[in-house]
Amino acid sequence: MTDNVNKSRRTLLLSTGAVGAIGAGFAAVPFLKSWLPSERAKAAGGPVKADVSKVEPGQMINILWRGQPVFVVNRTPKQLDVLESLNGKLKDPTSESSVQPAYVDNINRSIKENLLVVVGICTHLGCSPKYYPDLVPQTFDAEWKGGFFCPCHNSRFDISGRVFAGSPASRNLDIPPYTFLDENTIEIGNDGEQA
Amino acid sequence: MGKIASSGSKNAAGFMGWLNARLPVTQFYKDHLSEYYAPKNFNFWYFFGSLALLVLVNQILTGIWLTMHYKPDADKAFGMVEYIMRDVPWGWLIRYLHTTGASAFFVVIYFHMFRGLLYGSYKKPRELVWIIGMVLYLALMAEAFMGYVLPWGNMSYWGAKVITQLFGAVPFVGEALVEWVRGDYLISDATLNRFFALHVVALPLAIVALVVLHIAALHTVGSNNPEGIDIKQHKDENGKPLDGIPFHPYYTVKDIFGVGMFLLIFLFIVFVKPDMGGLFLEHDNYVPADPAVTPLHIKPVWYFTPFYAMLRAVPDMQMGALIMLLAIVVLFFLPWLDRSPVKSIRYRRWPFKLMLGLFTITFVVLGWLGMQAGSVTLTRIAQALTAFYFFYFIWLFFYSRNEKYHEVPERIEDH
Amino acid sequence: MKKLHLITLGLMMFSGLASAAGDAYIGEHVQTNIRSTDSLRNGARTFMNYCMGCHSMEFQRYNRVAEDLGLTEDEMMNGLVLTDAKFADKMTIAMDPQDAEQWFGKTPPDLTVIAKARGLDWLYNFLINYYLDPTRPTGWNNLTFENASMPHVLWEFQGMRKANFNVYEDEDGNEHKEFIDFEVVEAGSMSEQEYKDMVRDLVNFLDYSSEPAQLIRMSYAPWVLLFVALFTFLAYLLKVNYFRDIH
Repeated sequence: MTDNVNKSRRTLLLSTGAVGAIGAGFAAVPFLKSWLPSERAKAAGGPVKADVSKVEPGQMINILWRGQPVFVVNRTPKQLDVLESLNGKLKDPTSESSVQPAYVDNINRSIKENLLVVVGICTHLGCSPKYYPDLVPQTFDAEWKGGFFCPCHNSRFDISGRVFAGSPASRNLDIPPYTFLDENTIEIGNDGEQA
Repeated sequence: MGKIASSGSKNAAGFMGWLNARLPVTQFYKDHLSEYYAPKNFNFWYFFGSLALLVLVNQILTGIWLTMHYKPDADKAFGMVEYIMRDVPWGWLIRYLHTTGASAFFVVIYFHMFRGLLYGSYKKPRELVWIIGMVLYLALMAEAFMGYVLPWGNMSYWGAKVITQLFGAVPFVGEALVEWVRGDYLISDATLNRFFALHVVALPLAIVALVVLHIAALHTVGSNNPEGIDIKQHKDENGKPLDGIPFHPYYTVKDIFGVGMFLLIFLFIVFVKPDMGGLFLEHDNYVPADPAVTPLHIKPVWYFTPFYAMLRAVPDMQMGALIMLLAIVVLFFLPWLDRSPVKSIRYRRWPFKLMLGLFTITFVVLGWLGMQAGSVTLTRIAQALTAFYFFYFIWLFFYSRNEKYHEVPERIEDH
Repeated sequence: MKKLHLITLGLMMFSGLASAAGDAYIGEHVQTNIRSTDSLRNGARTFMNYCMGCHSMEFQRYNRVAEDLGLTEDEMMNGLVLTDAKFADKMTIAMDPQDAEQWFGKTPPDLTVIAKARGLDWLYNFLINYYLDPTRPTGWNNLTFENASMPHVLWEFQGMRKANFNVYEDEDGNEHKEFIDFEVVEAGSMSEQEYKDMVRDLVNFLDYSSEPAQLIRMSYAPWVLLFVALFTFLAYLLKVNYFRDIH
């Protein structure tokens, strides 16, 4: 066998192999992409409307969005007043590393001051925290000022969903995108065309 | 043999050495690829073995992905297919690869089997290769039939009904057997569920196992070739057949070219004409299963139609089912029905060529007849052709005993 | 190579044979263009205005139609959709199947994949071949689909027509009915051509909805085949190179 044949054979092996590998790469794409949420899942995960006019001060309602609980809390002035004083005990008081839309970037973590809309899933391992609204001492925290407590691994959050230092959870509770359709109706999962 | 020992010691060191001491990877690679000597004169007809393997891999992969999105529930199944076609990202492509793959499988297998008829590949010492291949063909038919039921279209439903009704032809226990197969008094959710289990788990396992046996048996006796000459008769001093070349790299490279040609046609169908005008995906199967309305014209998918034509040609259900069964069973006995010492058609005389030609035409025309709505004339033709189908084997048995043939050369000549 | 071509050709011929229609009256062949967005939009409008009263399209979603037809959510939901469905909803209808069965004798079928089941020519001819028939409960009969239980929903556009038949007995005494022509009883609001165009667009939309993926599929086809052709060409050269060793 001459060197010439050898050389052209190597070129052909490389080019056929390369084109084949690219082809295999293309072929893999549909298989991988078919694992993405289907149109059905997207439709089921679409925005959810909720009437918030019936939520009394201090009360919480639970709305299912994308199969996960979203807490809507009508906070009392008393509950809101303590927020500032808790900053020192929190891991991330200004929500630097929180998952939340830009329009809730304040201490209340909400569009309307009193109305908290928060994903009710602990950022530790995904349990759903319980709502403890009253500013009274609890077994898990003698200085409780109202908020959420996760019974799975004792993560504690304040009434804005901010996580207390000493909790296993490292991130504040997530805030979903939502918008006010009118005075009494919010739509969760809708950014309101970036209002 | 001395060579294997020496190369074995060469590999004793390093990772491969470690591995080979525990699992004979290198030996396996040599036995089946780099030192499996195949005749140097493989032609077009020898592409279809590796293509069948390619289609099998395609069916398994796309099949696994389809099960991820499908539910075998009589109320939902039809909608699940449309869900895959519309809502699942790229689901349409995965499904079309699977449906086109089913038909491609039979195209490839029919060519593969025809190659065996042309060159006498079923003859001694390859009887077992042929018989395992026939069992594979049967398993494939069962697999295809059950897969066809899963979309739960009206043709799925009525096709399943007609085929399971065939079990009723079994004497004495027929009716009970039909009920047992269906798990209900009619084709129902229970039937769909068991067909799903068989289609997705049981039969694919059996098919893969049979493919391993098919190849193991082939590699024990060695490949036949278009000349029908045994290359093991003439070996060099190292024990390599003089007319053989290592499967790898020569036939791997050639088969990759074959894969390219195949994919051109296959993907053309997938992307341009996936239902093949009703041949691969039938019109009536776009109507949801309806136990109250029989499609005007019940017919199986094209790959079953030759046998379906035979079934219909016989004016008696039990006899028809028997004839259809015999048409397949007779193929199992081909290695002993053909008694000629010559393998390849190239060295057989005109009577054999003529009869094999007629047999092939018969099979194709029967396939066409099986797709047509019945009529008196067509039924007459189907009856004549069914008779000829069986006559061919009887003729072959007697003719091949004292067949005159051309002298078969000792070696494969260069061309 | 020649043989491979013969195989494809053979498959094509087979498929042609298999798709030959049954015994329904197909007087005209319909020429649709799935790439014409205008035609598809017209068809979608007709479908939602006149068909969706009774026929669902339960596997198709509004947002998919809007996307493929280049419509915004607003154009789709406020311009075309008559119900208060949501954008991501499937195109289902509110009619109770049992009521429907009582009114029409059978439930109007879902039309998502009807174009695959019936074929475009059948649908087209069915919709243009209605004629008055007082013996039918709805007052309408159809040349393509005899004794159809569906009335002529689009009659205001096509008008009312009578069909003339040549009725005769053959030597065995069997009665035969042979269609001669239509006779206009009352003109519709559209000309014949306008009506046929409307039906053509509707059939085009039904074709689209039977397989929305065909738009993507066809656009990928040339590139996929070109790529595989390149691969095959290289593989061929490689094969030739290797087989130079063997003589």
